Amino acid sequence: MTKNMIMGGLAVFVLAVLSPFWFNMVTTTQAAPEPELLGNAKKATKCVLDKYDMRANHMSLLDEWRDAVVRDADRIYVAANGKSFNMSLSTGENSCLGCHEDKAKFCDSCHNYTSVNPYCWECHTNPKEIE
Amino acid sequence: MTQKYLIPLAAVFLLFLVAYTGAGAGLGWFFGIVFPYLAIIAFLVGFVIKVMGWAASAVPFRIPTTCGQQKSLDWIQQNRIDNPDTTLGVFVRMLLEIFTFRSLFRNTKAAFNRNASNRITYSWEIFLWVAALAFHYAFLVVLLRHFRFFTSPVPGVVQFLEALDGIVQVGLPGLFLSGVVLPAAVLFLLARRLFDAKLRYISQASDYFPLFLILGIAATGISMRYFTKVDVTGIKEMTMGLVTLSPTIPDGIGGLFYGHLFLVSILFAYFPASKLMHLGGVFLSPTRNMANNTRAKRHVNPWNYDVPIHTYQDYEDHFRDKMIEAGLPVDKKE
Repeated sequence: MTKNMIMGGLAVFVLAVLSPFWFNMVTTTQAAPEPELLGNAKKATKCVLDKYDMRANHMSLLDEWRDAVVRDADRIYVAANGKSFNMSLSTGENSCLGCHEDKAKFCDSCHNYTSVNPYCWECHTNPKEIE
Repeated sequence: MTQKYLIPLAAVFLLFLVAYTGAGAGLGWFFGIVFPYLAIIAFLVGFVIKVMGWAASAVPFRIPTTCGQQKSLDWIQQNRIDNPDTTLGVFVRMLLEIFTFRSLFRNTKAAFNRNASNRITYSWEIFLWVAALAFHYAFLVVLLRHFRFFTSPVPGVVQFLEALDGIVQVGLPGLFLSGVVLPAAVLFLLARRLFDAKLRYISQASDYFPLFLILGIAATGISMRYFTKVDVTGIKEMTMGLVTLSPTIPDGIGGLFYGHLFLVSILFAYFPASKLMHLGGVFLSPTRNMANNTRAKRHVNPWNYDVPIHTYQDYEDHFRDKMIEAGLPVDKKE
């Protein structure tokens, strides 16, 4: 190995390690989204769980709900704050999307930002899209 | 010998707890901003210094290890990869070494026969190679997947890798195969050192520490994704802040994340000072990256001292008269 080859390889390595830094300089970086609360969600002010708990845990909650509804026909969820919710992603006023009306602004904004690709929508439809 | 692994194990636990409690006590800015930057600087500076040092050291001898027939007469088939005599052969050999760990594939173990003859025998030991390959590729996939926290929008390549890694679609959030393979392989590599008496004898704290550290990183990462859960959007806000040089500390990020980040930072900072430098070293192995062409080409040792030499011709010129007088044979009579 000649010195030039080693130095060349080292330069490539340093550039690769620093890639997160320069990549964001040469491309336009999308800012973090603020999920918008619209319509009913804005009026309700209380969701199933607390804000940060919901942000972190909503996928497990939906997973548990799916099992509860499909296996035990248990459709009502009583939250810690005393309110009861219909365990449904997209059907009716009292479901997730019934309250959080705009899927694109509520669900998708964060999912796209963090490159999360949930397979909810392979079975469920966004009620807004049917109309 | 237990202290050789108990001290590194305790160290990893302690480091995690320091960050976990520290972040809880309002030191999030240190574990989330200051230390990661210091770790990256230490990693790059340390790595460059180490490789420059290696580049500056002389390699006086042509010492490729050969694992096949050397280039010889036309009718003897040469093994062009395992005994390369050209740069192309060396390149292919290095490529296979780096991507498939071919020298590890040849790993043998020595043991005494159990029967009366009690002879030492060597047998092929493939599991180290299997676990090493599984570990390195799983780690690579995990590393590349983390680019989703450092790019926005996330490039298609990273999303494709995520889709491929999560192809089994088990559970929610979907199980990543690398999340299974990585800890399994690390645990095997650790078990080798712990349960094989010969290996345990030669294992030092510096062998155990990286294993425990990587295991700690994997455990905290897996816990955040599958079990205890964290606010991923908030974390990405923070990591994007780090790489766009406008660091922020959003609310609602758990101590577990700071523990994870701190262990990763420790790994980066510790890297250049450790055996993990084989990342750079593998490219510079003189026994692998040289062509075995010593019979075709003369390689002069650069260390050879420049001494005035006295050839036989000079010697004869000097002593010709005396040699002829003594009746000794000479090349030139006059």
